[in-house]
Amino acid sequence: MLEINHVTKLFNANTVDEKLALSNVNLNLAPSDFVTVIGSNGAGKSTLMNIISGVLKPDDGNVKIDGVVVNKLHEHQRSKWIARVFQDPMAGTSPNMTIAENLSIAYLRGHKRTLKRGLNKEKKLYFKEQLERLGIGLENRLNANVGLLSGGERQALSLLMATFTKPKILLLDEHTAALDPSRAELISNLTEKVVKEFNLTTLMVTHNMAQAIQLGNRLIMMDKGQIIMDIPPSKKKGLTVEDLLHEFAAIKGEELNDDRVVLG
Amino acid sequence: MYLLKALEGSIELGLLYVLMALGVYISFRILDFPDLTVDGSFTTGAAVSAVMITYGYAPFIATFSGFLAGAAAGTITGLLHTKGKINNLLSGIVMMIALYSINLRIMGKPNTPLFGESTVFSAIPDGYFLFIVPIVIVIFKLILDAFLHTDIGFALRATGDNQRMIRSFGVNTDSTIILGIALSNGLVAMSGALVAQYQGFADISMGVGMIVIGLASVIIGEAIFGHKTVFRATLAVLLGAIVYRMVIASALQLNMNAEDLKLITALIVVAALILPKIQKSIGQKRKMLERIKEVNSTVDSKGRDINA
Repeated sequence: MLEINHVTKLFNANTVDEKLALSNVNLNLAPSDFVTVIGSNGAGKSTLMNIISGVLKPDDGNVKIDGVVVNKLHEHQRSKWIARVFQDPMAGTSPNMTIAENLSIAYLRGHKRTLKRGLNKEKKLYFKEQLERLGIGLENRLNANVGLLSGGERQALSLLMATFTKPKILLLDEHTAALDPSRAELISNLTEKVVKEFNLTTLMVTHNMAQAIQLGNRLIMMDKGQIIMDIPPSKKKGLTVEDLLHEFAAIKGEELNDDRVVLG
Repeated sequence: MYLLKALEGSIELGLLYVLMALGVYISFRILDFPDLTVDGSFTTGAAVSAVMITYGYAPFIATFSGFLAGAAAGTITGLLHTKGKINNLLSGIVMMIALYSINLRIMGKPNTPLFGESTVFSAIPDGYFLFIVPIVIVIFKLILDAFLHTDIGFALRATGDNQRMIRSFGVNTDSTIILGIALSNGLVAMSGALVAQYQGFADISMGVGMIVIGLASVIIGEAIFGHKTVFRATLAVLLGAIVYRMVIASALQLNMNAEDLKLITALIVVAALILPKIQKSIGQKRKMLERIKEVNSTVDSKGRDINA
């Protein structure tokens, strides 16, 4: 489904700020794989996400979706296949538009936008049904401006908007990190639910090790621009945080040291 | 009687400036793009239509050509910003300056009189101006409302609201920005074409300060009539443009110097921008003090919770 072949990204080449963000990274996601990605700051997780979504172009190597090289396609062109939920709850929705209008925008992912009316009764009914999945009462607030929603509600809406058109690939970029623990858990559970229901191929970056273990069928750990650990579905069940820390120490010969990593 | 006549005149003129204000609303409010092109494109619309009318073209065709000329200017501003990566304010300023020369080229001289020529207003029977023009203007407003509720309209609105989001759903924001700025300047230019025909001439300097007048109309309208929905917001802009003209007419009636008008306009905009902020911060402060009282009332003098 998603193939990343020998991807390298070098920022600020030949300057004092030169940084090798990704170094010859290979990753292959099978259909309906749900891969969680952990790693310390500067490990290259965000760069990887940005390369897949088309925000950044790889300096070497290529990205394939369904066997087609997409290196040359811009972010908005790749969005036909790739959906994304950002860390910032404000990033995924348009605050001065209503919930229904936001969903209508999301509904046309991969389709041409024309001068047809953006909303009609049928669509509103469909959106209402979809919102019921979230179970937080948004289905009764179709005409409310999104700017009035709380961070958690907005993130739940972002998640629905990213997923209900069943994109080929879902990228989750620490999408629960900016929420309080109870909201984060809600979004975490919703994520598990919609990914399963829509059968989405998913790549999720997280700083929460417990979440990385709890969600998904495969786990990778990145460090200094490389994938240093790839735990397959067979071994992921029964994995604990201690196992991960132990493994990291064994591979790198040093303790995992990052204030932002949440163990548990 | 004289006052009434002045009032009538200001409403008539205000109606013609509505399209300009709607144009500024599109760029400034919907796209969040402070576009200074309008100072030039207003005159471009006036110049193109005036010259075409003197060459014998039908006034309606001349007016629509004004729209197209403005839209072309807006397209270039949009291209400068999106493809040329020039800051939005600067792309507008550059275009505004360029248009000054272009407008002179179009007219061949700084002023094109239209006295004795037939204009779009010639078609209106005497005394029906304030009956027919408002209907036409409202139709324009409703068409704009409808457009902003299409799929493309949604994409346009989201572009001004959250570019990152709308890109992630497959919209090329360069295109929506160019489209929006083109439409905005088209409306501004058409407004210029109407004003030129109303006053009987196109003049090279008639667009000076137009952006501020447009902003004043948008802000006054929003402040008085509210802007919760698109329908309400465009209605507010429509009425705001008329109210602005009435304010200016009243200022003139009070023997204010016509040379000071631009200064007054600037002051209105400044006041309209600052007052709501002050009002808001006063409101917040009051709410906070109330809350402090509330919180304090639940603890006794030694800091213990009285409900515990």
